[in-house]
Amino acid sequence: MQKVFTKPQSLKDCTTHYCPGCGHGIAHRLIAETIDELGLRGRTIGIAPVGCAVLAYDYLDMDMIEVAHGRAPAVATGMKRTNPDKIIFSYQGDGDLAAIGTGEIIHAAHRGEQITVIFINNAVFGMTGGQMAPTTLLGQVTTTTPLGRDPLKQGYPLQVSELLAMLPGAIYIERCSLHKPALIRNAKKAVKHAFQLQADGAKGLSLVELLSPCPTAWRMTPTKAIEWMENEMIKIFPLGRLKG
Amino acid sequence: MSERILMCGNEALAESAIIAGLDAYFGYPITPQNEIPEYMSKRMPEEGRVFLQCESELASINMVYGAAATGKRVMTTSSSPGISLMQEGISYLAGAELPSVIVNIMRGGPGLGNIAPAQGDYFQATRGGGHGDYRTIVLGPSSVQELVDCMPLAFDLADQYRIPVLVLADGIIGQMMEPVVFNKKPRRKLPPKDWALTGADGREQNIVRSLWLKEGAVEQHNYDLQAKYREIEKNEVLCEQYEVDDAEIVVIAYGIAARIVQGAVNKARQEGIKVGWIRPITLWPFPTEQISKAAKDFKIFLTIELSCGQMVDDVKLAVAGKVPVQFYGRPGGGVPTVEQVLDKIRQLTLRQENVI
Repeated sequence: MQKVFTKPQSLKDCTTHYCPGCGHGIAHRLIAETIDELGLRGRTIGIAPVGCAVLAYDYLDMDMIEVAHGRAPAVATGMKRTNPDKIIFSYQGDGDLAAIGTGEIIHAAHRGEQITVIFINNAVFGMTGGQMAPTTLLGQVTTTTPLGRDPLKQGYPLQVSELLAMLPGAIYIERCSLHKPALIRNAKKAVKHAFQLQADGAKGLSLVELLSPCPTAWRMTPTKAIEWMENEMIKIFPLGRLKG
Repeated sequence: MSERILMCGNEALAESAIIAGLDAYFGYPITPQNEIPEYMSKRMPEEGRVFLQCESELASINMVYGAAATGKRVMTTSSSPGISLMQEGISYLAGAELPSVIVNIMRGGPGLGNIAPAQGDYFQATRGGGHGDYRTIVLGPSSVQELVDCMPLAFDLADQYRIPVLVLADGIIGQMMEPVVFNKKPRRKLPPKDWALTGADGREQNIVRSLWLKEGAVEQHNYDLQAKYREIEKNEVLCEQYEVDDAEIVVIAYGIAARIVQGAVNKARQEGIKVGWIRPITLWPFPTEQISKAAKDFKIFLTIELSCGQMVDDVKLAVAGKVPVQFYGRPGGGVPTVEQVLDKIRQLTLRQENVI
């Protein structure tokens, strides 16, 4: 019998701790497939964030490090500057990258660090129990916006990719989503392009933002979460290539 | 460079780190240590190595964390308020057991304080400083030559024990110029860095981490760290002693304060006062045993610091109530003079005579 679909070698054969309907598993698979297809496993170092994906090294079979909340782009800088021949990527959620680590991602992009950033945006702090993130939508109910996010009190959803795309040091920025098979295929192309740029020695930072469902923190069923992304989230975070 | 040359402390330590095989320097300007990033910005590229001026101390220490995880020799330098910002990263370095060197050219605090020399960061340096149960090796040089000599030692200790090593000096040592010789001393035999992240080419993945979720795992990790700390305490204590055999007063000081004490002790000896000194070089591990041993025979201990009294706690722990411990210090940029320390020694002598 011909095998038409297999587990990527860079993905471990194990059960993950992620909730039903979560997008992290899909994102991990896209990275693993990319690294296999580009033949990069032997020279890749991955950076796991603080947050739900802190245990990414239990699922991705490659050299990996755990870092403090938000500091991944600085850690990536230290790694890439001292190891220009290695492929360095950080995997960060919105709490990590758009809140506590805003300074680090802006300056890493600003310096044009030759790293790849996979940015998971689920518009909420997932691991800590569903508090408001900078990316939380207006009106969205979270555990710290019980009446819904009010722009006059909690500000507006932060569009990090648009912000970073303004910086000359960022060479490729694309926003994709993981809520439909066709969009996942697009996301794969984007992730692969971002890694390919680094492997080719392109002079700058590449970032792929992946909109990702978080049914648990959104207090929705997985199906409802997908509908919410389709109807609400992509209005505020429109998909497409912002740069490069 | 084997000849004697005149250099300022900050530049001398930078050159010594380069000779010790520094692969990368990450730093952020803060007075009184700015000569270090300035020197590195020229010399590191000349050597084909990495220099980067970071956007903050948070970024600096995390770049150190990243480069150290790949097995490189790496360091950052700062001064008191900047070191406070680095404490999160130092805790992570300790938790993940990453070798690294962090230099603190101390200034007056707390808060923004001032840019004059001080020793107010002793507690922060020797107690861990960041969150969690950890220690870092702390070296307290008292001259520019010793600053030069302690840099290769700091890197070797870091690599041998997989631990962050702090070099704790102050604004005077950083800024003053003294003749130095860059010796290429024999190096320690160091273990291979087979734990480093280099890409899992032909081997299983390496993971650098400080998160241990399984029940009991973080407790075990802490016990393992403590066992390492006990080994360091057993093997790596450094201190210097001077004319303590017949002394009735023993003065304890480190760093620049020790230089002032040495001048005062020499003058006191000329006056016939039986006084000697002990100078801790490793502030952690602290020379507890050496001080405890001396406390059996001597009547009064006097601790001198550029602070309101921090190391004096360790001296008191070392003498364990066997002898009285007096303290004299000037905090926040105040520097005691030789004459002031001498006066303090004379007062103690008078007090002894009164007791008799």
